[in-house]
Amino acid sequence: MALPFPSDPWVKALMEDLNASPTYLDAARNWEGDFYFIVEPAGKLAEPVTLYMDLWHGKCREAFAAEGGVQREPVFRLRGPAATWKKVMTKQLDPMAAIMTGQLKLTGNMAMVMRNVRAAKELVESCTHIPTDFPV
Amino acid sequence: MWFFSSPQVVYGEGALSYLERLQGKRVCLVTDATLLKLGLVERVKEALAPTGMAIDLISDVEPEPSLETVRRGAARMLELCPDWIIAVGGGSVMDAAKAMWVLYERPDIQPDAINPVEILGLRQKARLVAIPTTTGTGSEATWAIVLTDTLERRKLGLGSRENLPDLAILDPELVQGLPPRSTADTGLDALTHAVEGFTSSMHNDFCDGLCLQAARLVFEWLPKAVADGSDLEARTHTQNAATMAGLGFGNSMAALAHGMGHALGGVFHVPHGRAVALFLPYTIEYSACGGPGAGPTRYAELACFLGLPADSEAEAAASLARAIRQLEKQVGQPRSLQECGISLEQLRAELDTLTWNALGDSQTVMSTRIPDEAELRRLFLAVWEGARIDF
Repeated sequence: MALPFPSDPWVKALMEDLNASPTYLDAARNWEGDFYFIVEPAGKLAEPVTLYMDLWHGKCREAFAAEGGVQREPVFRLRGPAATWKKVMTKQLDPMAAIMTGQLKLTGNMAMVMRNVRAAKELVESCTHIPTDFPV
Repeated sequence: MWFFSSPQVVYGEGALSYLERLQGKRVCLVTDATLLKLGLVERVKEALAPTGMAIDLISDVEPEPSLETVRRGAARMLELCPDWIIAVGGGSVMDAAKAMWVLYERPDIQPDAINPVEILGLRQKARLVAIPTTTGTGSEATWAIVLTDTLERRKLGLGSRENLPDLAILDPELVQGLPPRSTADTGLDALTHAVEGFTSSMHNDFCDGLCLQAARLVFEWLPKAVADGSDLEARTHTQNAATMAGLGFGNSMAALAHGMGHALGGVFHVPHGRAVALFLPYTIEYSACGGPGAGPTRYAELACFLGLPADSEAEAAASLARAIRQLEKQVGQPRSLQECGISLEQLRAELDTLTWNALGDSQTVMSTRIPDEAELRRLFLAVWEGARIDF
């Protein structure tokens, strides 16, 4: 059954997929840093939704929908409209191109990102494995 | 959404004289010790003389410039306060100058964090001119910066669209003295840029024509430039090809041959152009094999343009790989890792590092077929042996 995006069940399903992925484990084995994925309103999504993921050396240690605004101070924040997230997660838009053109806005430790481009790619790959009901 | 970025390009005999039109107070020339000895820097200074600008020199850029070299150069620029930075040299010098410029304008940034995502706000203090003295890197026309982390023995693919040079000056007289080996190394770098720029997953209409013509120019003129460095026509065409290929791949990205070449250079210090070109025919064969998750290739269109057999993608990939190997042989380049002087024991000892660094390279992920760890290990071993790729 498709899970609504963005939501707590969806991000927990992604955590499960990542933690079962030997490819992600390998690609992200040097990665240290938690994330806010911020989905801006569009379509059926009336309010921004923030998904939190604690990514650490190829594993996701914690994931949840951060209801009611800021609950953590993550190292990275990736923000964009729901339509752009959908394009990336359905492979209509390359994630690196989305970030490089500012369609998804990334802030955080850029030296970490520049050394771990493949980890980002594999993270998005895992997103495509989750049966998803998009708001747009 | 995507971009096409280009500096103003001044090219042809006498192009260096364009420097007299620059206006400002202070120039910082970035170069290396060899070019200083060869007198090329002196020619640039003479061309700048009519401007009346003060000229300072940073001349300690090494091949495969390190993060530390960049930090040191930027600190010097902060003392000198130039309003023009002029890079005179090959890819190492130009990449180092770009990074020094970024840190000069933004001292709050570390060199390994120069990225295409954040807005840097450059050009508040200075602008950048690139004057290539080799014919292949294309760095004069790209925003790419490759620096070496000497501690990790890893090359880092960095850069921001903002650090593209404002002006590229291509004067063929500046490359007439380039030795045959460097001519071959850098010329094949240009070919690799052209092929990967045309075939990467980020290829686009704006870059296709540049890449196709650059590839054709390299095949036609590189052997002549290697055979007779004084052939100004050959030098001009190879120089133009290098910048066109730079514009091509710089706006569409490179791919797996660059990912593997960067990894090799970081560990075994094989010159950049030689390293990436060495892998190119193998990565073409690998990409053409396809497989789960692999995207479509475009070798037939490229091979057809070059007049090679191209009735199918498979035939085109094979004929293109064969033509590249023939060109490498013609200009005296190694076609396997063992021909590079690397023993099998040395390769096996470094295979983990090579594989990991190639997997993590920012260009590898732009390939239409991205290898996993096991495939990359097989690729490195096959390239050592010189075996065709059939997996």
